[in-house]
Amino acid sequence: MTQPAARSANPLTLKERMKVPRQLMPEQDAALRSQTFTEVNLGYSAELARQEALRCLECAKATCVQTCPVGVKVKEFVQLIVAGDFAGAAAKIREDNVLPAITGRVCPQEDHCEAGCKLGKTKNVRPLGIGYLERFVADYEQRMGIRHLPKVPPTGKKVAVVGSGPSGLTVAGDLAQRGHKVRVFEALHELGGVLVYGIPEFRLPKQIIREQLDYLRDMGVEFETDVVVGRTVTIDELMGEEGYDVVFIGTGAGSPQFMGIPGEHLNGVYSANEFLTRINLMKAYQFPRYDEPMVDLHGKDVAVIGGGNTALDAIRSALRLGARKAYVVYRRSETEMPARIEEVHHAQQEGVEFHMLTNPVEFLSDGKGWLAGARCVRMELGEPDASGRRRPVPIAGSEFELPLSVVVIAVGTSANPIVQSTTPGLATDKRGYIQADSTTQRTSRKGVFAGGDIVTGSATVILAMGAGRRAAKSIHEYLTSGIWEVPAA
Amino acid sequence: MFKIRQAQLLAPGIKRFVIEAPRIAHKQKPGQFVILRINEPGERIPLTIESSDPVEGTISIVVQAVGKTTHLLHSLGDGDFLADVVGPLGKPSEIERFGTVVVVGGGVGTAMAYPTAAAMKRAGNRVISIIGARNKELVLLEKEMGAVSDILLVTTDDGSYAEKGFVTDKLRDLMQAGTHIDLVLAVGPVVMMRAVAELTREAHIRTVVSLNPIMIDGTGMCGGCRVLVDGKKSEFACVDGPEFDAHRVNFDVLVQRNAMYHEAERLSMEEFIRERAAQGERAHNDAEEQCAVLQGGKR
Repeated sequence: MTQPAARSANPLTLKERMKVPRQLMPEQDAALRSQTFTEVNLGYSAELARQEALRCLECAKATCVQTCPVGVKVKEFVQLIVAGDFAGAAAKIREDNVLPAITGRVCPQEDHCEAGCKLGKTKNVRPLGIGYLERFVADYEQRMGIRHLPKVPPTGKKVAVVGSGPSGLTVAGDLAQRGHKVRVFEALHELGGVLVYGIPEFRLPKQIIREQLDYLRDMGVEFETDVVVGRTVTIDELMGEEGYDVVFIGTGAGSPQFMGIPGEHLNGVYSANEFLTRINLMKAYQFPRYDEPMVDLHGKDVAVIGGGNTALDAIRSALRLGARKAYVVYRRSETEMPARIEEVHHAQQEGVEFHMLTNPVEFLSDGKGWLAGARCVRMELGEPDASGRRRPVPIAGSEFELPLSVVVIAVGTSANPIVQSTTPGLATDKRGYIQADSTTQRTSRKGVFAGGDIVTGSATVILAMGAGRRAAKSIHEYLTSGIWEVPAA
Repeated sequence: MFKIRQAQLLAPGIKRFVIEAPRIAHKQKPGQFVILRINEPGERIPLTIESSDPVEGTISIVVQAVGKTTHLLHSLGDGDFLADVVGPLGKPSEIERFGTVVVVGGGVGTAMAYPTAAAMKRAGNRVISIIGARNKELVLLEKEMGAVSDILLVTTDDGSYAEKGFVTDKLRDLMQAGTHIDLVLAVGPVVMMRAVAELTREAHIRTVVSLNPIMIDGTGMCGGCRVLVDGKKSEFACVDGPEFDAHRVNFDVLVQRNAMYHEAERLSMEEFIRERAAQGERAHNDAEEQCAVLQGGKR
């Protein structure tokens, strides 16, 4: 066991720290919250935060930092919480992460920092609640109106960021901090990308996103909505007439995949993107106060197909909109589900039923063009496939019908082609995603960088932010040195 | 915010709006559309661009008042603002020298077919235009279409102007008369486009239709505008269209999907009429309040 740093304000011995239980996140009652869109997690109090921070072992080799995609200095910010310097803790996080109130809420910490935490390696000891602590200091910073604005002189360099999702906002924040002039272009009428149209209010309140955007505005970042880069303006025009030195493409994964099974065009069958966009962006659940309609879910049986965070966001939204039955239909088992563990638990508490090892083979019609149910087949797990997960195989003769009024398909996305098809010389892979170097995020076009889902295919907010952070670093190097290295393709 | 430079009544219930949108005006090509949102609680609706003026930085759209959003739009005039206008979206029309092109425009579809008809003429095609409307008053852009067509045929459903009948009757006449046709472009109500597709299918005449399904983002993100083609494939009208090979499209599914929110649309319209009536009453008492209502569009 490593010894704590000499300057530590932590009065506890390492043994004592191991004995402090992980402080639970206060949350809304499951029965109540399944009726509303207000946030599930309520956040630590200062007392809970300090109590939790005391558990940090302050390891000499902080593996929590190494396992964070943006390299947040976890140990240092936690030590500042122990010392009671919450503003200092926020500033420390901001050195590496410009959206702490967002990552503190939606990051799968169990796969990153908390997976690296030494506490969790001990039997019956849970890792430090790093995400909860991050959220606490970010909310503290917001409540107190604290701003850490860039002090560097303007460089005179202009950067265009395409897409205002997690990768784009990270690039914008990081480059504004280094004195570059950044303008973010967004296709939709609201800023935030997937944070706004995809992630529901109960997991990430829109107010939090607005506050983080205001922070970026205060740092000097400019935003322009209603611009579909590739259609409204091209990358070439941005770098030509509009005089940008660099363009970063962070347009996200884009197009929803369908399953290609009969009945997918029935009324009542939605892609997860459409379903969530109607709810989150267009506020269709407030129809007719808001004009965008959606199918009334009250008393209806709803299923989502898929096992990722998007699937859970969709089905938990359906529950909140009055669904009588809310099912997750997933073709593998719970162990393979890509969703965050906390979301799976929350969904279970709220009454979502899970049909594991089940896959629809046909959507059934009521004879009038509307969905009536799904014919499903039971699956078993065979040999591991390319993703390393065991491939699900249908069990012959196991078909059954699930009566349903609404189905939401959340089986992944494919590359949106708009930017690629309008940017000559921008190399893509065979699935249509933009090719970018994995350390510098440079594309095949000089001065053009890319990151996030449009490079990797659908992943998480924090992985997109990691790409944004790497891109910002190499954009800054390019802007300062003027040297463009051709990526190794 | 996007300013309406001019709003002009073309026919009963049909208005042309000239909107200041320099970025879009600079890029627009025939066949493309915009999505607009009037105000904060508003829905996003797709509308084909009629024309654009890059020098003035304006685009024009022709809108028929059908539901709540289009009625609300019709209540706006010169100098009013729209919250959002985004575009130009979709693939431009494929303009080539095909030979003889028949452009079929039904109702307000004529205004949407016009820019493509003009481009076809410029590309050296022989353009035969067939435009139809319910009655005389609803015949749109007759002069403009005439100017870009070698032959212009006009029909009205009730016979109150030109020839009584449907646009498909005229198309059938042309085909039966042995007119060589290389391409048909049909823009209008789904039933009309389906009828055109059925006519030309047997004759193996290449036929293009401009589809206007339910749509939200218009960038390929939501998949709401998916069109069933070739019996099993999904294509998105916003990025793969809006123009499709008519003989590949399953029109039954299109009709069914477009009807998905009919009940909600009806409710929304009723609510809108009630709101407007209440506003009218209040206006006598409080002119200021009504002004705020018009600007915000709320309550």
